Parts: sequence; C-alpha cells; structure tokens
Amino acid sequence: MSDFLPTLTDNWSLFGEAFWNTIVLFVLSALAALILGTILGAFRVSPVPALRWLGTGYVNLLRNTPLTLVFFFVAFGFPYLEINFSFRTFAVIALSAYTSAFVCEAVRAGINTVPAGQAEAARAVGLTFAQTLRFVILPQAFRAVVPPLGSILIALLKNTTIAAGFSVAEAGSIRANLSELGYPALGGLLWVVIGFLILVLPLSAVQRNLERRWSVAR
Amino acid sequence: MTAVLSPPVKSRKKPRTPTTSVLFDVPGPRARRRNLLIGVVGSAVILGALLYVVYRFNETGQFSGTKWEIFEYKQPQLTILEGFLNTLKAAGIAAVLALLLGVGLATARVSDHAWLRIPSFWFVEVFRAVPLVLLMFLFYYGTPSLGLRVSPLWAVVLGLTLYNGSVFAELFRAGIASVPRGQSEAAYALGLRKTQMMTSVVVPQAVRVMLPAIISQLVVLLKDTALGFLVTYDELLKQLKQLATAPQFEYPLIPLVIVGGVIYVATCLLLSWFATWLERRLSRKGSRSSAPTMDAKQDLGQGGAAAI
Repeated sequence: MSDFLPTLTDNWSLFGEAFWNTIVLFVLSALAALILGTILGAFRVSPVPALRWLGTGYVNLLRNTPLTLVFFFVAFGFPYLEINFSFRTFAVIALSAYTSAFVCEAVRAGINTVPAGQAEAARAVGLTFAQTLRFVILPQAFRAVVPPLGSILIALLKNTTIAAGFSVAEAGSIRANLSELGYPALGGLLWVVIGFLILVLPLSAVQRNLERRWSVAR
Repeated sequence: MTAVLSPPVKSRKKPRTPTTSVLFDVPGPRARRRNLLIGVVGSAVILGALLYVVYRFNETGQFSGTKWEIFEYKQPQLTILEGFLNTLKAAGIAAVLALLLGVGLATARVSDHAWLRIPSFWFVEVFRAVPLVLLMFLFYYGTPSLGLRVSPLWAVVLGLTLYNGSVFAELFRAGIASVPRGQSEAAYALGLRKTQMMTSVVVPQAVRVMLPAIISQLVVLLKDTALGFLVTYDELLKQLKQLATAPQFEYPLIPLVIVGGVIYVATCLLLSWFATWLERRLSRKGSRSSAPTMDAKQDLGQGGAAAI
C-alpha cells in the first residue's frame, strides 16, 4: 500500500483528464436527456392518444432494459447498421436515451401531483391547454419535479462509468490505463472512488436539502 | 322498499380517471378534429421513423436468413439459456444478501445508540454514492493486490449487495419513518419495549408500505447484473457478445441484441407487473384499515420513481 499516494501524485494529468471527460460526458448527456425527457413527458400527458402511446412505449422499453444493453446496442450495434460516430458520441446517445425515460417519468409524476382543482380552476377561467400548463400546472409541478430530477442526474453521473467498458476514456477507465503503466489496480480504483465521493456526496446533500425544503404539504 | 334499504352498490374497481384528463376538457368537435390531425401527423412521423429503422436494418442485411438461423441451433440456444440462468443466479444471490444487509443497516440506523447509528449512516451514504461499476471493479481487479482472488460471480454479487443493501436500508428507514408516531407512542404506553414495539407494531405496518418500492429496487438489481459484462461474468450480455462473433452466421450481433433485449424487458416487466398488482392489492386492504399508509406510499413512490 506504500505506493497508494504516488498512484495519484504521479498521474495527475491522467486523473484530471479522465474526470474532465466524465464531467463533459455527464453535462452533454444530462442536457440531451432533460430535453428529450421533457418532450416525452409532454407527450405522455397530451390529449393526443398516438403521442401518449409513443411516450408510454418508449418509457416501458427503456426503463426495463439494462443500461449496459443500451450501451451494447449503440456502441457495437450501430456500426453494423452503418451508423458511425466516435465512441464518446455513442456513449452520450446511450446515456441520454436511457436517462430520458426516467426524466419523462419524473415530469409526468410531477404534473400528476398538482391537485385536479388547480387545473379545473384554470379551465374555469377559460385558459387553454397550453396556458393551463404554462401558468398553473408547470410552476407548481416544477417543485415536485426538481428533487427527483436531482436523483436522476446523480444516477446519470455515476452511470457514466459504464462508458469505460465501451472504449470511452473517462474516470471508469483510469484503472485500465494505470495497469498499463504498472500500478496496482486497487490504489487507482480507490482514488477514483474518492473522486466520485467528492463529486456525488455534495450533490446528494443539495438534493436532499431541496427535497426537504421544496416538499409541498398537501 | 327493499330497493331503498339495500346498501349502495360499491363497484370493486376504482373509477379509473385518466390522470391526464385533469389538464384539458373532454374534447369538443373542433378539438377532436385537431387532435385527430395531430394524431395522424404524429403517427405518420412515428411510423416513418420506425419504417426508416426497419429500412436501415434491411439495407444493412440484418433480416438476412443466415443471421437469424443462429437461433435454430441447439448450442447457441443453450448458450443464451446459460447466460440468462447466470444472470438470474447473480440477481438471486445478490437480492437475498442485499435484503439482509439492508435490514441490518436499517436496524442500526434507527437504533438509539449513536455508535451504531452514525457508522451505518455513513456506510449507506458512501455506498450509494459510489458507481456500482467501480464497486465491481474493486472486487474483481482490486483484490488481487491484496492476495485475494474473487471470482467474477462474486465480484458482481458483492458489488450489487453493497450498493442495493444501502438503498434498501434507506428504503426501510423511510418506511419505518412513515408509520405515524402515534403507533409507537401507543405501543410504549402499553409497556412494550423498543424491540417489541418495532417487531410487533411498526415493522408490520411499514412492510406493507415499502413492498412495492422494494420490488422496483429488485428490478433495478436484476438490470444491474448486466454490469457483470464489464467484469467478465458469463451473464446474458457476455454470452450474446460471444455468439455475435460467429462468422458462419454473418456476425449476428443485431438479432442477438434484439432477442437479449426482449428477454430483459419481459423479465423486468413481469416483476414490475407483480409490483403493481401487489400495490393495488395492498392499497385495497389498506384503505379499509388505516389511511396513513397512503401518504407514506406517495413519499416512497417518489423515491421509487428515481430508482435508476
């Protein structure tokens, strides 16, 4: 265990680059997942049955598929379909496709927490569907949606490590790089774990705080 | 006369108000026309996208007979079955161990002794924050430096146990916290000790509230066994990958992924439906006895929705 500290101090640039890649991967996938998930969430509460079915089908399919299988399909399968991107793009596609299903559910569940009376009152004063959503439902649903979205994004951050198994250089692949350089795997892995604790623990503290402060007493 | 006296017929089914209807009125003729239009256009776009996918599959020869013939041979079938059984094996062992660990940690977390409460709090915090892949890597790649050799199966099982055990602990704690205080106060007033209060009053009520969330977490656990692919455990994905290298079937990766996806989705949906069925059954029972379980379920429902 004597080389525990040198494992980090000798490889600052490796660790720095890898964690930077993880954060880039996370930010790109989070943006894509939030946009796609919100659109799908809107589909799921829309008055048009075809769109509702699409939303439900997508959510049921993606939520019941392991993320590793999604990665597998995108990273190994797309080249067979002659769709070729970089491995990082593949990783962003897989992560955002998977996460958007959960975002969609959080949005839908948030909208459902708004009491029926609110929407009925909005309709009674003559607001349209879009206006009801924009001025009455969404501002209230927002509070109910943000805490679960926080958990989903934290899970996404952790899930980026799976990309290591699919040729993307990020925090999860530090181990493989270190063993090429002849460092024992345990020390490197522990440093990666510590890195994730530094990233995730404050985030989950913020998330819990939000959950407590924003919970609506009904 | 008898008609007046007979009790109002209660329909057993809850009236299923679609949750979406609250946002908009029952559509009138114009809205119906417009919705139909959006529906037709939307369906056309979706259909177009699906057709494009099919076209793409066809264009690249994914529907060629040779690729799908792999499923007609006994050896590939056995390989897939073996992979699936390995997946179930890892999930089964990990589920039992994680539930046990969860019970232990939750017991420590609601304990009156700080020396039990504080370490278990941090244990749960830390293992929920570490990516599951890294836990498996630690057991598989990390242990040889300590002179230990952990088999891929146990790397998967131990990783899943530590992570899901922590999640279960948090779930159990929330379930116990959701039981109204009056229950434990009443139990104390009757002269029960803390252990008796927990085992005979609080926990039985908490279990009913927690059960659906526990099953959704079990679905997550089952899905996460696929991470075993990254530590060379012979589960379903790895077997598929291995079969996909068969040149005599023109490298049938896409057909294999489709079949693998169907297997996973079917298994998980089966478990999810069981959870929904259980939830409905329990809430029907619950509505007869005590109202508070409903609130608690909402709390847990939110946590459950975030289970990734």
